[in-house]
Amino acid sequence: MSHAAIVEERPSTLRGASLPKWSPWAIAVGSVVVAVGIGLVAGLDSKVQWGLIAGLLFLFATYGIAAAVEGRRQAKDRIATGLVWVAFLLAVVPLVSLVWTTVSRGVKVLDVYFLTHSMGIVADSQPGGGIYHAIIGSIEQVGLATIIAAPIGVLTAIYLVEYGRGKLSRAVTFFVDVMTGVPSIVAGLFILSIMLIFEMEPFGFAGSLALAILMMPVVVRSTEEMLKLVPNELREASLALGVPKWRTILKVVLPTSIGGIMTGIMLAVARIAGETAPVLLLVFGNRFINNNPFEGAQQSLPLYIYQQYANSAGANAAYDRAWAASLTLIAFVMILNLVARGIARWKAPKSGR
Amino acid sequence: MAKRIDVSGLSAYYGSFRAIEDISMTVEPRTVTAFIGPSGCGKSTFLRTLNRMHEVTSGGRVEGKVMLDDENLYAAGVDPVAVRREVGMVFQRPNPFPTMSVFDNVAAGLRLNGSYKKSELSDVVEKSLKGANLWNEVKDRLNKPGSGLSGGQQQRLCIARAIAVEPKVLLMDEPCSALDPISTLAIEDLIGELKERFTIVIVTHNMQQAARVSDRTAFFNLAAVGQPGKLIEIDDTERIFSNPSVQATEDYISGRFG
Repeated sequence: MSHAAIVEERPSTLRGASLPKWSPWAIAVGSVVVAVGIGLVAGLDSKVQWGLIAGLLFLFATYGIAAAVEGRRQAKDRIATGLVWVAFLLAVVPLVSLVWTTVSRGVKVLDVYFLTHSMGIVADSQPGGGIYHAIIGSIEQVGLATIIAAPIGVLTAIYLVEYGRGKLSRAVTFFVDVMTGVPSIVAGLFILSIMLIFEMEPFGFAGSLALAILMMPVVVRSTEEMLKLVPNELREASLALGVPKWRTILKVVLPTSIGGIMTGIMLAVARIAGETAPVLLLVFGNRFINNNPFEGAQQSLPLYIYQQYANSAGANAAYDRAWAASLTLIAFVMILNLVARGIARWKAPKSGR
Repeated sequence: MAKRIDVSGLSAYYGSFRAIEDISMTVEPRTVTAFIGPSGCGKSTFLRTLNRMHEVTSGGRVEGKVMLDDENLYAAGVDPVAVRREVGMVFQRPNPFPTMSVFDNVAAGLRLNGSYKKSELSDVVEKSLKGANLWNEVKDRLNKPGSGLSGGQQQRLCIARAIAVEPKVLLMDEPCSALDPISTLAIEDLIGELKERFTIVIVTHNMQQAARVSDRTAFFNLAAVGQPGKLIEIDDTERIFSNPSVQATEDYISGRFG
């Protein structure tokens, strides 16, 4: 016997219609095509405008199609995803474009000769020469600034987090906050005024002092955050063993946070490596190699780039050198970042089994 | 050499707020004393006054006397760091030092206070890990990080670390509350062994644990919220759980509040 079962087709309350997986891509391609079409028809030249039209079309189309097929909540979800993607592209495209431009223009003159010779007898409008003197200058100035600013910054942060309770620590925090906002040229002018009082000539270490002023508050802030991340129970465990407070900080708190502290210092270094204004005032620039930062003007990478651009009267050779120096500077900063990440990972509290 | 603790007239403050008031008691050497009582009644605060950890908290202040054998821990001129070497502490959540291996963790108490040769440390580390019933489980992985162990093992590691410096008294602040029943049993057995060498004071929320593990039990309570905690009764564990003298104790033990 067979039953003719009466089955009521009730729509499932748990499922709804959904767009296929390739739909965002399809909508994106579609909006780009339509935007290009509109751009061509309306006579808009700028690719940026086409891009903006495409972005807007993508968002509207996503919302409309999703609302019709899936429902309003899914449509809003897709819109949010779309906005995030658009924001990501807005952030990444200029960055990629910058790196691409620098690399493609910088490699023209970048070779071993360029990295190992200075400008010496080569005039700014002539081809040839190199950035060895600028590299040496940058390394020395930034290095000396780090040697000054990093210990002072770390010790200040230790005071603020581990010991500071009263008026002094509030004052220190206030001044560190103020220093974070000091424009780089003001730091340069400050050191310059001291130099003028003593009638000193430009020299590399003066630039280091200004860079140290700029670097210190960054190091203090980031070290403070890293120290605060160390759980209090570790300090208590060490104190309960009868370890004095200073030893607890030195042997337990600092090793636990050292990875983050090093990252903070490296990032501060990366920031000051590109500062031009104080170097312009205090170090003045030099065509020749000067290995001594305590005597005589020196060159530095950002200053070199500026001077090549400004003093070259449009000569292509100078622009090429400026681009190559920019590429070197970016590479220098990137290597520092990678080293910082490497140290942080190596020193991170391990959880091996 | 376990020591005896004599507390008289102890009050502890957080700023101007009096957390515990006028506590007096005696803890005999080589015994286990349990502190029980409802949440917020000051048991942990009182425990922390016994090794001068209370003053580490911001605003912490203590009045009264704590005699360790015949020395007052709160006398003028007493070095809190030296006190903490004699009175060790194990905390509620296991907190091994994350940047150190198992070996370094156990040796930390010694190493952070002086320089020792590796051979001297090896003996102490092995003895402490055996004392904490952890040696067999970690003897092949002494150089691996301390944080790679399970919760119960980490807590036993912290106990090994605490006993490696040979304190006279061992304070334990709810050592098993973050652990599963099997690990809890392992630690309770351990306490039974450790009491031959140290005086032990343990704060616990678990009354059955207090009944299993301790020789004497102290019951703390608050008169009302915002009032300081007081010691209501201290007596042999058997008597407290079968025939307490104070009604409040009986109410707490039979679960009428808490």
